[in-house]
Order: sequence, then C-alpha cells, then structure tokens
Amino acid sequence: MRREQLTVLSRDPFGPYSLLRLERGAIQPGIPGQFFMLEAPGRLLPRPMSLCLAPPGELAFLIDPIGPGTESLCSLGAGDAIHVFGPLGNGFRLDVERPLLVGGGIGIAPLPYLSDRLGHPRAVLGFRSEWHAEAAALVPNAEVAIEPTLVTELIEPGFDVLACGPERMLDAVRLNCPGSQLAWEAPMACGYGACYGCAVEIGGEWKRLCVDGPVLEAAA
Amino acid sequence: MLLNASGCLDALTAPETALQLDAFVTKTVTPLPRGGNAPVRITETDVGMLNSIGLANPGREVFLNETLPRLVEIGVPVWVSVGGFSAVEYAATCAAIDGRDGVVAVELNLSCPNVDEAPESAAEIVAACRAATALPLYAKLSPASWDVGAVACAVEAAGADGLSLVNTLRGIKLDPNLAPVLGTAAGGLSGPALKPVALAAVHACFRVSSLPIVGMGGVATGRDALELLAVGARAVGIGTVLFSDPSAPARIRDELAAELAALGLSSAEQACGIVHQEALPERKHLDLGSRV
Repeated sequence: MRREQLTVLSRDPFGPYSLLRLERGAIQPGIPGQFFMLEAPGRLLPRPMSLCLAPPGELAFLIDPIGPGTESLCSLGAGDAIHVFGPLGNGFRLDVERPLLVGGGIGIAPLPYLSDRLGHPRAVLGFRSEWHAEAAALVPNAEVAIEPTLVTELIEPGFDVLACGPERMLDAVRLNCPGSQLAWEAPMACGYGACYGCAVEIGGEWKRLCVDGPVLEAAA
Repeated sequence: MLLNASGCLDALTAPETALQLDAFVTKTVTPLPRGGNAPVRITETDVGMLNSIGLANPGREVFLNETLPRLVEIGVPVWVSVGGFSAVEYAATCAAIDGRDGVVAVELNLSCPNVDEAPESAAEIVAACRAATALPLYAKLSPASWDVGAVACAVEAAGADGLSLVNTLRGIKLDPNLAPVLGTAAGGLSGPALKPVALAAVHACFRVSSLPIVGMGGVATGRDALELLAVGARAVGIGTVLFSDPSAPARIRDELAAELAALGLSSAEQACGIVHQEALPERKHLDLGSRV
C-alpha cells in the first residue's frame, strides 16, 4: 500500500454516479475487491472506494454522491489532485471455475475490474431505476434487473458467485449461495486497521472489514 | 516526543506508522475481552469525528500472551493503556504488566466517553495502580470535568507520574431524519474541534500541577503540536489525523522542527510552557527542563 497525491483525469457521469478517473502514479491497482481511501476535499476523513477500473496508467472509481464526502469527490474535475491510499484489505479470490458476478446499485463498483481480470464472465446487476442502470454499461456481459425485479432472481445454481451490493442483497446471496464471495461495506475512518469503526460481528467474532475483509466468504 | 493517542493506531497492522513515533500507546486493555459497541461506530461531523468503539479489545490475558510480545517485536517503546470498571481491575492489569519487556509506561484511561464512568474516583484508581507497579503512570483525564486542574492535583497527590490531556468529549450527530447516527447515540468527539479544549486543559493543569503532560486533541500539523507545547505539554499525542494520513507522525515531526527553528528554539523542551512565561513573570526563571 502507498499514499500519494494523484491528479484527476476526468469525471464521467453514469446515471447518478460519477466515474472518477485518476492518474495512477506509483500506486498499484491491487486485486479486484480491494479498496482505496480517497481524500474528500474539505472533509476531515477520507472515503473508502473499491477500484472500478484499472486501465494502463489510471485508477478509476465509481462514486455515488450520497453525502458531503462523496459529493465533494463528485465535484472534482480534470486537473484537481487528491491523496489516495491503497490498495487496502482483501480482494476477491480469482481461482474460480464458473464465475458469476452479482451487483446491486453502487455495489457494482468493483465488478468492472473484476470482470476484466476474470475474462468478462456473465454478470447480473440490479438497480432501482433505468437511470441508475446506466452504470451497467461498465460491466461486460451483464444482464440487468430493475426494481421491483430483484437481482437475486437472476442467479442460477451452479455458479461461483462473487457479489457486491447492499446488505440485504448480500444477506440473500449468502443464504442461497453458500461459498460465495461477498464484498461488504461499513463506515470506516482509516482503512488500515486503526480505528475499529468498521468492525462487524460474524459468527460470534468481531472482524474489522478493512483488514479482515471487505471480501468475505459465505459459510458453506 | 511524539506518541499516538490510544485507540487511534494498531501498530500490528501499521508498524511503519508506529515506528515514526517515539512511543506507541496501545488500545485500552480491560481485564475481560470486549467486542465493543454495536455499529454504527464512527461518523464525521462538520468539526471533527465521533467514535463509539466501546473499548473493543481482546482482554488482559490475550493481550499479555499474544498481542504484547508482537508489539514489542516492532521495536518501538510501548505504553499500555489500561482500563477497567474498578480500582482493583485497573491495579490488577498494572501488576500484570509490571516488569514486562518493552513496556515503558502505563496510561490509565480514566475517561473513556463510551463506557459508564468508573465507579471510583480518578485518584483512588491511581493510588491503587501506584501500589501495583513501578512503571510511570500517566493519568488520562476527561476535559469534561468542571475543574480539570483539581483532578490533576488529585491524581498527582495519589502518585501519578504524568498527565495525558485530553480524552474525547461526548457528542451526538443526527441524520437527516433526526435519528442519532451512532449505534450508541453519543460518542467521543475528536479532531479539530478538540484542539482548543485540549489547549485549555493543558494550560490549566500546567499552572496547578508539576506533572509532565502529554498534550493531545486535534493535532494535525506541526503548528498544532507547537501550541500544545506552548501551553505546557512536554510531549504530544496524535489521533484522528492518523486515520487520514498514516505518515502524519513523520510529517508533524518535520513541521514542528521547522516551527521551533523559526522561533529560534533548539528543542521542543524549550517551547514547553512558554505561554506561561509570558503571562506569569514570576515563572520566568523556572527551570522548565527539570519538570520531568
């Protein structure tokens, strides 16, 4: 992991989301599902974002402007610079035989890079509206479900599921697809094990999602 | 001397950050394991951050047998932050730490805002711990007491060797629907909002107590560190800034050196308490170097 100030190349809209493209500098993209702490200009704490795409020389993050930090990130433009720290945490295990990517809403963020690394396997993505679903263009071979249809209705048995999305979606995947790899989310201040803000209780044990996750395997 | 504020760094996951410090202060150790509070545990405010971790720690036995040996291996001197729910509990942990290699001091967490207050007074806890260990005892005090200077005098009389000032202040943040964001509603406020509070507490305690002070609260730059020294701190702790910048200790050290040089001072010690030298002529000839 490394912390460096990176320059913004562009910010491209995908529905309500922004794809923030940064010069890579000397920071490694890491494994899909790993995340980076992005300085949110004007805010005290950085924001954790999983890597969305890793084109040569770039790091790109898909961001949903839902609060002051993410709104700050979504107001950046070409030429601005922010500190980026990472890659952090544990990503997806890539040695899967029949991968199926499952994403919900802004939870599709790590899937484009994951898809690239796995040779563009089938993906199923759920969104709350057609507008939000514009982000599906980032994921090759994706089938889209719009509410009230749920993305979990598109999951067929027999696949190695790799999923990221809202907690309710991940809970449903966990129950229906034992052995799946799930990327969880929690508010965190630091991203490197210092603050204990992202701790979640799993199987009676407290885990820091930043260092023990964010990708965790669902019990088989 | 630069330390981390307890609970703001895990040296095991970030040894390179810990090695930038003069000493590493552990997360508070309690006799029994604590999972901590239910999420949400942290949130940002416009003036700082709130945490409601709740003294999550593996408990004394696991700490002593598993965590501490790994911490000592890193090579940075260790201060153990000790917590409990009675003077007996605090003292038992102090006794267990006493004589352990690599541990150079104990910080008594007398002021965590995320658990119920210890039933006994700060002075009673310090006195019990004094009898249990020969290690230097630093009493970490809350800035929320009516007269922090009086608490400082009480713990000094009880045998404390130093003061850590300050712990967080209790605060609440509401979401757009007027519900508390944190799982426990209230949490500890840290970051920039705490700096003036810390300055006032260090300022007050320096005037009434001769104990060396570790000043902490909202330090993010060398200038912040200089201000804490100026009101009377002999060492500086950094906390919230570590969350956004794991290289903050080295940066703050460099910035402080530049601040001191700009004032014509050759060491941090020379800056200790200079505010009081100006304000209190009778202190002008005080040998600040002897306030260890």
